[in-house]
Amino acid sequence: MATRTKPTDGLLGLDRGPLIEMLRWMILGRRYEEKSAEMYQMGQIGGFCHLYIGQESVAVGAITPLRDDDYVITAYRDHVHGLVCGMDPRAIMAELFGRVDGCSRGKGGSMHLFDRDANFMGGHAIVGGHLPIAAGIGYAIRYRDTDQVCICFLGDSVANIGAFNESLNMAALFQLPVVFIIENNQYGMGTAVSRAAAIENLADRACAYEGMQGWTIDGTEVLEVRETVEAAVDRARVHKLPTLIEANTYRFVGHSMSDPNYGHYRTKEEVHHFKAHDDPIKRYIETLKKHQMITDADIEEIETEARRIVDESVEFANNSPEPPADDLYTDIYAEPYPDAKRRDPWR
Amino acid sequence: MALMTYRDALNQALREEMRRDPDVFMMGEEVGAYQGAYKVSRGLLEEFGEWRVRDMPIAELGFTGLGVGAAMVGLRPIVEYMTWSFALLAIDGIVNAAAKMRYMSGGQFKMPITFRGPSGVANQVGATHSQALESWYATVPGLKVVAPATARDAKGLLKSAIRDDDPVVFLEGELLYGSKEEVPEDENFTIPLGVSEVKREGADVTIVVHARPLHSALRAAEIVESEDGISAEVIDPRTLRPMDIDTILDSVRKTNRCVVVEEGWAVCGMGAQVVDDIQREAFDYLDAPIARVTGADTPHPYAKNLEQLHFPQADLIVKAARQACYRK
Amino acid sequence: MATRIVMSKLSPTMEEGRVLHWVKKEGDPVEPGDVVVEVETDKATMEVEAMGAGVLRKILVEDGGTVPTGTLLGVVAAPDEDISAILAEAEAGAVAEATAATDGAAAVAAATPATAEAPATVSAAAVEVAVEPAHQPAGDGGRVKASPLAKRMARENGIRLEQLNGSGTGGRIIKRDIEAAVSGGVAATTVAAVGSEAPYQQVELSQIRKAIARNLVTSMGPIPHFFLTIEIDMNRALDLRAELNKSLEGSGAKIGVNEILIKTAAQALAEHPNVNVAFADDHIRRFTRVDVGVAVAVPDGLITPVLRNIGPKGLRQISAELRDMVDRARGKKLAPEEYYGATFTISNLGMYGIDEFTAVINPPAATIMAVGATVEKPVVVDGSVQVRKRMRVTLSCDHRAVDGAMGAEFLATFRDMLENPLRLVL
Repeated sequence: MATRTKPTDGLLGLDRGPLIEMLRWMILGRRYEEKSAEMYQMGQIGGFCHLYIGQESVAVGAITPLRDDDYVITAYRDHVHGLVCGMDPRAIMAELFGRVDGCSRGKGGSMHLFDRDANFMGGHAIVGGHLPIAAGIGYAIRYRDTDQVCICFLGDSVANIGAFNESLNMAALFQLPVVFIIENNQYGMGTAVSRAAAIENLADRACAYEGMQGWTIDGTEVLEVRETVEAAVDRARVHKLPTLIEANTYRFVGHSMSDPNYGHYRTKEEVHHFKAHDDPIKRYIETLKKHQMITDADIEEIETEARRIVDESVEFANNSPEPPADDLYTDIYAEPYPDAKRRDPWR
Repeated sequence: MALMTYRDALNQALREEMRRDPDVFMMGEEVGAYQGAYKVSRGLLEEFGEWRVRDMPIAELGFTGLGVGAAMVGLRPIVEYMTWSFALLAIDGIVNAAAKMRYMSGGQFKMPITFRGPSGVANQVGATHSQALESWYATVPGLKVVAPATARDAKGLLKSAIRDDDPVVFLEGELLYGSKEEVPEDENFTIPLGVSEVKREGADVTIVVHARPLHSALRAAEIVESEDGISAEVIDPRTLRPMDIDTILDSVRKTNRCVVVEEGWAVCGMGAQVVDDIQREAFDYLDAPIARVTGADTPHPYAKNLEQLHFPQADLIVKAARQACYRK
Repeated sequence: MATRIVMSKLSPTMEEGRVLHWVKKEGDPVEPGDVVVEVETDKATMEVEAMGAGVLRKILVEDGGTVPTGTLLGVVAAPDEDISAILAEAEAGAVAEATAATDGAAAVAAATPATAEAPATVSAAAVEVAVEPAHQPAGDGGRVKASPLAKRMARENGIRLEQLNGSGTGGRIIKRDIEAAVSGGVAATTVAAVGSEAPYQQVELSQIRKAIARNLVTSMGPIPHFFLTIEIDMNRALDLRAELNKSLEGSGAKIGVNEILIKTAAQALAEHPNVNVAFADDHIRRFTRVDVGVAVAVPDGLITPVLRNIGPKGLRQISAELRDMVDRARGKKLAPEEYYGATFTISNLGMYGIDEFTAVINPPAATIMAVGATVEKPVVVDGSVQVRKRMRVTLSCDHRAVDGAMGAEFLATFRDMLENPLRLVL
């Protein structure tokens, strides 16, 4: 089993600046998702809304070391990935509200966030559907002979779908600079991973692809995630080799806002245990305090700033108008599509 | 102009577009070293190298998505399916990803990708290899669907598809690859998407037909002309989505009668949409119910006689044209 | 339930009617179908039947009273039924037009035309190719099957689909049926107007035709008449008549001059369909059947019973129909549809010794032919003077629809046929 060892110096040799920045992202992500839950319960956000609470260390640890020209692609639990990629928090909230100032002008919604300028490639709602796309981004990088990389986040369920094999096979076959990061939050919707996958460590599946490494790590430790991803990115950027990382983590909330936090598939006690002992933010603060990198006052300042950003985002989304009716008919093709109205004279 | 096969016309289109634009590349099963399952990509690997002519594992979903990802970051992939029946394994990539990317990103991502390969019945390859599923794709907003029936159209339309910034489903005729036609060799020659062509002028009945059945329809038109004195106008929309219905409507307003032909199945088929467009916009010009000739509403059989029975042959189109004209 | 008895509109031109005689008196029991009252229209006497049972509760218009059509004449109801609302309604004004008869009005005239289905005919020659199944009636339980195009063309040409036979599948009326109906050439499928009126094809007015109609009307009253007179040598026609009657001796049948004129007119009109017409404000009706009206003097006026569809009928049948019509006309027993809607009219005053006269057109027809007495007179024939039997006829034409040359050509044919009467049997 290819499990990477924990970092020896504890802080990866990072300065206080980047260390604090990671905490800022994690706290912003937490507060942003809590506010999203509130807005969903108020009816401001519709549809399916999947929250990231409890998993912040994975996205933050994986994305913060990337270059601006690297690509990130993920599934539908995508708000925090978008934030850490540098998307405007206000545009995300407006998108969740279905407003015209949303990142996709209100046409995508929670599961389909995109930001081309941030190289955030979505926001994909079909389980497994985005893995081949990640391979394609990797192919384009090789095609253009640049040294960018593509980070592809995926849920634990995806390890069982056909597209997983097809994509990892192509990535290894064509030597594509893609890092696949399984966020193993222990449950695929309401089914425990052990009941869906015929393997103990999902990363072990990397052994099926020549040149690919498979690493299982503690995803609740943001620094461990960061160090691991940095190593994988180096393999990709320099050696054009893909890597499969399995970051074990835990979702503190239900699969989506429509699902219970616990119930038939997991117990209340289990959830409380993870919240008490494996909250990545609490862990990271402990680490930072242990190294005298942060004070309670610093944390309060970070919390205040996060709340300010969240409140601003909600205010912005509230003030943003709904998309004009004509937006229904735009962005279908490069050119206007009059047939849509021609065949539908009453709408 | 040169007399060339449909296959060579496609090959020429691919070659010209790959020479013209370094972002264009193609992939698929056996497109490179094997020279193409149907030899459409013959010689391209040698000229353009493996990054631009990529042999793929038999993994339609995987390489379809690979194309989508490459298109998201600005390349212009051409994805070849060995047949469109195999593309059923890739339909998530075509329908959920390629078709919707522009819309659900609020216009941030264009999707300049061409999905192409042979469609329709071949020779006795049975139920899973013979389907004409254009209506599946044509129902999806965001996709464009093209089905050329002749070598000239194949070249001109494929070049336009490759240059298009939207995903194009490009359906070739498996039994058309060897058909020949005079084709312009000018590399600037293209045929715009979304333009129907009157393949044969007539006055009494309009036959709307695309893909290989065009040739059945043209034969049928000759038969009803000589045997019944019926002058049939044959129109090939060529692009099924977005379809140039005005050319069809103009013709129906002239002839007052219409037969719609397709290789696919009748239920929810392409022709059903054509019929709707006509009744909606030219109802008061119709002198007869619109007749449809389709593939039989059955899976594709293996036996040769049954397979031929399945296809919308000329004799069926003849009967339909006579009925539309109130002839015996 | 109370039922109303109203002055029904019994003919297309009828605007008022007179109560002749109440057959039932107030208080008499009434069964449906009982004749309740006799009324007189502008042309004939009608019997009005009850539609409901009960008692004739109230008579509102006494014998001799003349009222507009639609006026409530009486009420049939149960003996104890409250009819005050109906009476109040009558006070307030006439019941709406006789069409109300369809939704509860109690009585209709026994003689009200039962919208005679016009015998539209389809000439096989008009149909371009044999069709399956051929020539089914287009009507299907009241619904007319027609292609959308045919409907549009019919609307544009003012053609009533109900009167067409469809040559499409299942009797569907299709483009070629309308084209056949529109083209004057072959009378394939034809249009009939309401009631027993002859079927016609609608001919759109050209701009010049509109101008003629507009201008002439201002110069000469509602119908701009002009008159064409021609003299006809009747020797051979009268010889023919004599021979025919000789052959009919003992049969009781006898052919009169009028019958020969009627038949000849129909034959000539078949060759000149542009005279067998009516002007209808924004179009011309070109009838595809010849219905000849014959003016009959009756004690208090004139009535013109109409012999329908003369074309296929022989002289003997025409004679029988004419005699029946005249008899009933004199007894005022003609139903309205029997004296309305001639496409051509003959008025013969020859028996009064009138040599020549002009007749006034009876709308809606566009022509009327005034026939004078046949008299012996000297005529130059082939350079020598002979005594011949000569008859002068004058055709009155509605200039809005018929021009001089058209009428003259028709008259020339009419004359040639009478002078060579064997043409009648061609």
